[in-house]
Amino acid sequence: MSKQLIASSGQRARQLTAAEIADIDHEMGIYPDKQAVGLEALKIVQKHQGWVSDESLLAIAGYLNLPAAELEGVATFFNLIYRQPVGRNVMLFCDSVSCWIMGCEGLKAHIKETLDIDFGETSAEGDFTLIPVPCLGDCDRAPVMMVGEDLHRNLTTEKIDEIISHYRRGEGGE
Amino acid sequence: MVDNPLTKNIDMSRPPLEIAAYEAADGYQSVRLIAKGLSPEDVLQQVKDSGLKGRGGAGFPTGLKWSFVPQGDDTPQQKYLVVNADEMEPGTFKDRLLMEGDPHLLIEGVIIAAYAIRASKAYIFLRGEYVASERLLRHAIDEAVASGFLGNNILGSGFDLELIVHTSAGRYICGEETALLNALEGKRAIPRAKPPFPQVSGLWGKPTIVNNVETLCNLPGILTYGVDWYHGLTKGSDHGTKLFGVSGRVKTPGCWELPLGLPIRELLEDYAGGMQDGLALRGFLPGGGSTDFMLPEHLDTALDYDEIAKLGSRLATGTMIVLDDKTCPVGMVGNLMKFFAKESCGFCTPCRDGLPWVEDIFRDFEAGRGNEKDLQILHDHVDYLGPGRTFCALAPGATAPLGSGLKYFKEDFERHIKEQCCPYKH
Repeated sequence: MSKQLIASSGQRARQLTAAEIADIDHEMGIYPDKQAVGLEALKIVQKHQGWVSDESLLAIAGYLNLPAAELEGVATFFNLIYRQPVGRNVMLFCDSVSCWIMGCEGLKAHIKETLDIDFGETSAEGDFTLIPVPCLGDCDRAPVMMVGEDLHRNLTTEKIDEIISHYRRGEGGE
Repeated sequence: MVDNPLTKNIDMSRPPLEIAAYEAADGYQSVRLIAKGLSPEDVLQQVKDSGLKGRGGAGFPTGLKWSFVPQGDDTPQQKYLVVNADEMEPGTFKDRLLMEGDPHLLIEGVIIAAYAIRASKAYIFLRGEYVASERLLRHAIDEAVASGFLGNNILGSGFDLELIVHTSAGRYICGEETALLNALEGKRAIPRAKPPFPQVSGLWGKPTIVNNVETLCNLPGILTYGVDWYHGLTKGSDHGTKLFGVSGRVKTPGCWELPLGLPIRELLEDYAGGMQDGLALRGFLPGGGSTDFMLPEHLDTALDYDEIAKLGSRLATGTMIVLDDKTCPVGMVGNLMKFFAKESCGFCTPCRDGLPWVEDIFRDFEAGRGNEKDLQILHDHVDYLGPGRTFCALAPGATAPLGSGLKYFKEDFERHIKEQCCPYKH
């Protein structure tokens, strides 16, 4: 969550890129009103920028003529909209009940030790952000987590080490 | 005759069927029946006769739900069908299988439902993390449009349908159908007051039906093979097949399509292979994180909505979470309470403030600071957060494992207090 209120952050809207505007305009054909497009625009900007900065949020509000405070209320409600910068790879770590029974707490401790980050933090190298996520719906192969768009199943500490070095070598994700 | 209509085309070792192969396996036959003159009323009647109940968790009769949509010239002409593909119930992994395994089956189900309620626009509200489902659904929709099963004047029937994939930005509460509609409208996903029900005033104020993925996947079979065939799939009082899952420390966790009415024992022992070596069954949540615990003595109960309800639990999503004797029941309930506390939308006070209080008490129990007074507070919250006390079903869902956990695992709670630690960690 943003630590400063938008209104008092002193930030001004940035210029949306042509690619962002094209994507947002496309959504206008799918949804009948601009409020619905607002949430889509947050996702679009995040896809292009990695996260939604104050400047981005104000730009979307300006472009769609939506109240910035209302858009901020929406942006901070949804857990997959990032209002703080994230690392190059976001780890969505399932800590729901089936993964808990299958030992996800030990795996989380291992990630914490290896990357020196807790939930909500980004590694010093800027390569990983660790975020807990509700049940990922792959419980017969628990414990599971996503890194970027990739789903990793039947996790063990050894597998987690492999996954981390895999992304560090730049073979996955971005 | 087919006896596994939901999964007959699914083989996860290969990509899902392309449209030609899907059609060769009786796919889109129902749309051809519609093009030949099957009326929306006929479809509604067949679905009512089938006895299909919603597979998202609540188990409400699908045909009855559809019948609440106002029809006629003096009603709003724009109606919507929304697919609830926001699978996020803890321990539930069935809709992912259907969407990744046979996306055309869902699309065919959407066409049938939209036709029955006369909706010309449908949205699949898909959880954002299901990236493979999104890719496969978009491809299948493109194929269906190219073949004339979606779009304007479908197969010359005069029926138009546009199908849109909407990927969500998260939050468990979006599974609640009115919160889902708010999210789809780009608002904070807070449940709406009912009435009006979405069937009358839903998405953008228009009549809207929200149906679960698995519910819709039942429809092609009902129309293609008939109501008698559908009734013949099961021996008990509930009709059709259902996806059943088992997770936890069993030998072969997984998800299978089975007729409703089989004994729970068969699912757990024959399909899931029984408990892992050295472990005994302590209890299980029969249908996801919002259901009441059941015990080993209940294993001969039928996997049937009414039979499980008689024991005070719910079949709900049909995906069972198994508790073994080496895992702490207090810790398991505590994990669920943390989940529900975090996922409360924050709108109504009992849920927003009550669940974090419950979560804190579980943390104290875990850390060896539990006491009798706190145990009483947990008992009190089963009532304070129960049905009728809150704005939606999220907090009452949390009281299901809480209340039944307190009842069935009383000794474990007491040991945490007496020994001032979690006895499973020593």
